[in-house]
Amino acid sequence: MTVHDMKHAASDSARLEAVGGRLSRVDGPAKITGAAHYAFEQQLEGLAHAVLVGATIAAGKVTAIDARAAETAPGVLAVLTPDTIMELKGASDWFGNPPALSTYCPLAREITFSGQHVAAVVAETFEQAVAAAALVKVWYDETPAIVDLSDGKAGDGIPIDAMTKEWGDAQAAFAAAPVRICAAYNTPREFQAAMEPHGLIARWEGDELTVWEPSQWLDGMARTYAEWFDIPFRNVRLVSPYIGGGFGSKALALAHSAVTAAAAKMLGRPVKLVLNRPQNFTSYGGRAATRQTVAIGADKTGRIQSIVHRGVNETAVDGMWVEPLGSVTSIMYATPNFSSKQNVVRVNTVVPGAKRAPGENPSAFGIECAIDELAHELGLDPLEMRLINYAEQDPHAKKAWSTRQLREAFAAGAEAFGWAKRSPQPRSMREGRQLIGWGVAAGTYPVRRAHGEAVVKLLADGSVEVESSSIDMGQGTYTILAQTAAETLGVPVSQVWVKLGDSHFARAGVTGGSRLAGVMTGAVYKAAGQALNELIGLALSDPLSPFHGLQANTLVVRNGRIASPRGDGPELAIAELMSMLGRERIEAKGDTVPPSFTPEQRYNNYTTIAMALPHTEGDYSRYSWCAHFVEVRVDEDFGTVRVSRVVSALDSGRLYNPKLAESQWKGGIIMGIGQALLEEGIVDRRHGRIVNSNFADYMLPTNADIPDIQTISVGIPDPHSSALGGKGVGELGIVGVAPAIANAVFHATGKRVRDLPITLEKLI
Amino acid sequence: MRDFSYLRADNIEAARNAAALPGAMLLAGGTTLIDLAKCGVVEPATVIDISHIEGLNAIDVTADRALIGALAKMSHVADHAEVKSLFPAVSEALWQAASAQLRNMATIGGNLMQRTRCPYFRDPANFPACNKREPGSGCSAIGGVTRGHAVLGVSEACIATYPEDLAVALVAFDAEVDLGERRLTVEDFFLAPGATAEQEHDIRPGEVITAIEIPGSAAARRSTYIKVRDRQSYEFAAASAAVGLELEGDGRTIRDIRVALGGVATKPWRARAVEDALKGKALDEATIREASELAMQGAVDHGANHYKIALAPRVIARAILKLGETA
Repeated sequence: MTVHDMKHAASDSARLEAVGGRLSRVDGPAKITGAAHYAFEQQLEGLAHAVLVGATIAAGKVTAIDARAAETAPGVLAVLTPDTIMELKGASDWFGNPPALSTYCPLAREITFSGQHVAAVVAETFEQAVAAAALVKVWYDETPAIVDLSDGKAGDGIPIDAMTKEWGDAQAAFAAAPVRICAAYNTPREFQAAMEPHGLIARWEGDELTVWEPSQWLDGMARTYAEWFDIPFRNVRLVSPYIGGGFGSKALALAHSAVTAAAAKMLGRPVKLVLNRPQNFTSYGGRAATRQTVAIGADKTGRIQSIVHRGVNETAVDGMWVEPLGSVTSIMYATPNFSSKQNVVRVNTVVPGAKRAPGENPSAFGIECAIDELAHELGLDPLEMRLINYAEQDPHAKKAWSTRQLREAFAAGAEAFGWAKRSPQPRSMREGRQLIGWGVAAGTYPVRRAHGEAVVKLLADGSVEVESSSIDMGQGTYTILAQTAAETLGVPVSQVWVKLGDSHFARAGVTGGSRLAGVMTGAVYKAAGQALNELIGLALSDPLSPFHGLQANTLVVRNGRIASPRGDGPELAIAELMSMLGRERIEAKGDTVPPSFTPEQRYNNYTTIAMALPHTEGDYSRYSWCAHFVEVRVDEDFGTVRVSRVVSALDSGRLYNPKLAESQWKGGIIMGIGQALLEEGIVDRRHGRIVNSNFADYMLPTNADIPDIQTISVGIPDPHSSALGGKGVGELGIVGVAPAIANAVFHATGKRVRDLPITLEKLI
Repeated sequence: MRDFSYLRADNIEAARNAAALPGAMLLAGGTTLIDLAKCGVVEPATVIDISHIEGLNAIDVTADRALIGALAKMSHVADHAEVKSLFPAVSEALWQAASAQLRNMATIGGNLMQRTRCPYFRDPANFPACNKREPGSGCSAIGGVTRGHAVLGVSEACIATYPEDLAVALVAFDAEVDLGERRLTVEDFFLAPGATAEQEHDIRPGEVITAIEIPGSAAARRSTYIKVRDRQSYEFAAASAAVGLELEGDGRTIRDIRVALGGVATKPWRARAVEDALKGKALDEATIREASELAMQGAVDHGANHYKIALAPRVIARAILKLGETA
């Protein structure tokens, strides 16, 4: 299934291959040449094609569906409606909470958002299904919709008590502070906008279901399918060899997944369904729109006395999403008094979901803009402002940081950027008709940890296989696990084959929250170590081994060859030894799961997020950190903002592969540029519908919008965060980019834009 | 997308005959037609592929005129040495349009026929009311999301913006479009919506664009196209201006000036009031900025597109100033 060019990877030197080496992506050539087949590119015999019909109202009821014309259209096999689709069981949520309802219908009678699936047409060809879907007539009883947070009907929402964080007397200290700022910061509805759309192929063989579907969480999604169809977990096989971008959106089995698997079961044929681009904006949630107010009181030297923070995010009428808006607010700066509270407001949207650094990202936009406003109020350099209020320990958990190289990040970033040359006054730097602004902001993301397992096999030809149901969505899992196994076993990377993306491999939890690398390098390290121990044990103890009887306690393996540590015995390739021992394979399953775990706890460890370890467990508080330095150019006539330079210094602890880490950081920074300047789901207020649901109108940065980005690693190994010392990488890069840009825009223009995105009409 | 018949026209006569069939649409580069068919905006009964007709892709440029075949690719015209030297605004407009991949596929004739990006026009399933698609059905854009909509040439029937760049430069320099039996100025070829939003071009059944011709002039030789947009590439104009300038021998008095606007009007928009105000005047920033405001006479906004009224004159002024600086 995976077709990686390990020889290509192996042309690099041993130094590149080791953990921490800059090995190129082993899956790169397969992706560039098209040899990599993505999940729903499978060619199956008898494949039928499904196309969805979406609601054209945002709130109300379906009163009737006329499917007659569609049913008799050429090639049509079935038209599924709420009345004709098979009944499914309710499935537990991603925390493992049991479903509220015992049954589940993925096609809606009650409409709570525009685009909600009301029917599906299955036909012999995709084109026939598309043509027939347009013939399905749906009648509605429409009711008024709450279109967004600013809708008069939206109200104040529901307080989420679990989000409340308070110490000291924040209101009184703010009132008493000699210097105060208070401002409101808004972020719009944003979308993950992965190049690869959502979709799947489902095939039933008896009561066994195989699903080819891009997935950030095979085990979690397999559990959902198993519960929907009331079959054993092992009867579901999810296959996801490559993922063309997830950014948080591909971790759950969704309504369209259920429709497809149900259609396949009802028809007794494999069925393929791929969401078209507009459906990718309404079939699953992007980042919820948010509103925050941040009030900071400080003394005249700039030392913060109090932070009062209030946040609101939108959620769905029939689903709950909390975007934790106080997450960065509560830990970035030292303050004796603090208060953060959050509400959620139900609006007529699909349930919002995870998009890169959910919570931390909008949270940082609020506090990192507010701190810049306070610095301006005090006449302080915004970098100095941050150092004056540097948090020497976690202000909320009151625990020591495991590692916090943020001071080092500020120093390294400022030096590389040339921050000392900044002219402090807004609108004081220009080149021709371009106003130039320099801004800084910090970011952070917690170290999310979990238990993992992996299988490592030493084969007769000396090659090594690593198996895991974890996935690679471009972040480099294939590569770093090959590096980890190669280094642990003492073999070249060219002999290691990593197999991922099959739920029948060794189990893995969600790929999200930047946890996978830490979890899986730890598990592979353990499994590979066990395999190596078994090989050495056999070599020393088996009478067939040439090392048998050698006066040695152990043996060493280097470059795929095994020898005694002193080199006084034979030296031979692993394949030769395996042949002498008469072994086909040595296989070890290693895990980092506590031995006390019951089978149910193990199941929940991989199929829910309830078992994740708190980042403040024990004596330490664990976070990754970063500082972004940004230069923008704003045309004084046109208001157009272009980012002309980015220097970011980041602390992700030890990097397993700096080349891939830099690539992920840069991806996050690019996404942050899009968030700051371009991205916004625009709702037609009369219809409650996103009108820019395509890649021409939902704007993402092009290459021409992205300047040279310099990233600097300031991390040190963090033994409290992971087995090999790494912290999180993928989520971190985006956090703090939007406020750094907003602060730079203020410096360039003297205008403070607190509503993202910063489009030209806000500046002219 | 529905089933349709496909015909290949091997010569222009065959294309004209086929184009007269009911429900027939021409296919050249395909970048607009296929896109609109996927949206459900157009449902051609017959697609007539004209891309194999020989001799329609020639580009012939002299000091007197540029003659550009309808099947010339956008990228070829943009990169043509004499187009660049004698009609720089035309080349610049093309370079800033679409993406490299689209410019390599899309033709000049097809580019003139590109339709609006109005999101309501492009989503018939969710917004049945659209006077462009269904005359008399109403306009969904008015009262809706209007950030990209036009402020000039609008009517109660339609406020959709003409999206493209090339025609803006063509209108500035009095280009003509060759329809075989008829020849029209590009300015007259495009129709403002009025009460008939469905009529976007003065083209009749059986007519096929074969070429465009741009007269040479001093103003065309000293010309530029400035496009202001939300992102740096692959994006339609928030406002754009094609400007050509000819100065008197003193190097500072304006003898001839051409100004046309994109991104703000329902058709490529010639700003003659600006031209008239500046002819004979000195090339002075305050004068230029004041005159540029005249382009917005009669502008009507619908809320979110109000910024275009402030933006467009600035784009004109900057284009004139840029040409003045390159004296």
